[in-house]
Formats: sequence, structure tokens, C-alpha cells
Amino acid sequence: MILQALAFYVFAAITVASAAMVVVSRNPVYSVLFLILAFFNAAALFLLIGAEFIAMILVIVYVGAVAVLFLFVVMMLDINLTELREGFLEYFPVGALIGAVVFAELLLGVGIIGSGSTTIEALNTHGAQVTAIDNTRAIGQVLYTQYFYLFQVAGLVLLVAMIGAIVLTLRSRPGVRRQKAGDQINRTKDQAMTVVKVPTRGGV
Amino acid sequence: MTIGLSHYLAVAAVLFTMGILGIFLNRKNVIVILMCVELMLLAVNINLVAFSVFHGNIVGQIFAMLVLTVAAAEAAIGLAILVVYFRNRGTIEVEDINAMKG
Repeated sequence: MILQALAFYVFAAITVASAAMVVVSRNPVYSVLFLILAFFNAAALFLLIGAEFIAMILVIVYVGAVAVLFLFVVMMLDINLTELREGFLEYFPVGALIGAVVFAELLLGVGIIGSGSTTIEALNTHGAQVTAIDNTRAIGQVLYTQYFYLFQVAGLVLLVAMIGAIVLTLRSRPGVRRQKAGDQINRTKDQAMTVVKVPTRGGV
Repeated sequence: MTIGLSHYLAVAAVLFTMGILGIFLNRKNVIVILMCVELMLLAVNINLVAFSVFHGNIVGQIFAMLVLTVAAAEAAIGLAILVVYFRNRGTIEVEDINAMKG
């Protein structure tokens, strides 16, 4: 019981601290690495309340795909780091003001909703009786029946994103010789060879 | 020392605020702004999953997965636009992005 609370506070503290480092870090590469740390600890927070499937998906999708994509782009673009840091404090007052307002509103919501809510311990004893099936099976039973169209639309969203990314970044540079399979296949005997009548003792 | 719904909501609120603050502070670097958007989406996911678990309704986790899908698509498209922009202009400063005069 105390161990669960301790684990929650450790993971939550690391998540928040690495999120802060994402924002204030000087080097974008460090920002990406702290983002990965934040995602890992958020996944641990999900594990703690028994949402194992979402936790694993978070690690696979965010750390395995999105963060690596960020890392690639950060390292591909040749950006001047000192120039990018100018004006960091210029926007701090207005940013802090808006952040404080949003945070206060969110905490107000937490205070309203959180009063009289259940706890992890109550959930564990309660949940053991009601749902004997595990988290992944429960998600599958709903996702592939009731929300099947939504699942398909999610696939379409990913397809559109993939096509969009390819269309945006693909470019045909002039002067690059590339293989044209169609032209090679469509070559006929007439185009490829000529028959020359060679005179005797004359040479070609 | 029992961890309840409000603890998770508080963590999500802090993460969301961090994301907003990051968007305001990093006015020069578009990559960090995209990362801050990812942080905000992570906060939304924490909220969805916490509500789903503590209210005993699995639908929240399905919506968290859909948010994850959209976040991945958004990151891919955003970074593709960024690469094209950098190829054309040689910079990714936010204040230089005024091609559409918005």
C-alpha cells in the first residue's frame, strides 16, 4: 500500500521533472531524450493503475516511433543552437501568466472531480471481483466490436499521414540517373540492335 | 497515503501546463514546440486512462489509443513540413515563418 504510493510519487516526479527539462533544455537532442524519459515514466504510471496495454502501446509508439522520428529530424537539420536560444526570457512573463491561469483552472477541476473518488486500493479489491479478464482482453472485446469503425478510421488517419509525409518530403532532383524498369522492359529488338552487312575484307 | 484519481489528474495538469509554458518559451525552435504538443497530448492521455480506470469504464482507454494514433500522425506530418521548410529556407525560426502572411 505504501509501496504503491511511493512508486506513484517517484514516477510522477520523474515525469514532471523530465517534462520541465524538455522545455528548458538548451540542446534539442537533450530535449528529445528527456521526452523519452517522460514517456517511459508515464507508461510506468499507467502500469501502476492496471492499464498495461496502453502502457506498452505508449512505449512502442512514442519511444519506438515518434521520439526516434524527432531524433532523426533534430540530427538531420543543421540548426544554429545559440541563435535559437535568443529571446527565451522575453516571453517568460506572458507564458508564465497563461500557464498559471491554465494550471489554476485545471486544479480547480481536479478539486471538484477528485473529491469522493475511489483509490487504487479500493479499485484492486473491487476490480478483482467484477472483472476477471485482463486489461488487454477487455480492450480487445470492446475495440473490435463496438468501436470497430473507429478502429478502421484510425488506420485511415495513419494511412493519410503516411502518404502526406511521403508526398511532402519526396523530391526528384535533376541530374540523378535512376533505373527505369518500364523503359528497359519496353525495349524492342529494333531499338536494341542493328544488323550490318559487312563487306568482305572491308571491315565495319 | 492512498493514490486516487485526483493524484493522476494533478500530474496530468502539471504536464499540460509544462507543455503550454514550453510553447510560449521556445519561440524560436519549432521542433521543441512540437515536442511540447506531444507532452500536452500525453497529459490528455493520462487523464483519459485515469478516468477510465477509476470509473471502471474501458472506453477511456480506447479513446487514449485513438489520441495516440492522432499524435503519431501529427508528429509525422509536422516533421515532414518542417523538413520541407528547412530545405527551402535554411532556418526553422518561428518568427521567420510568415510565408502565408497570417
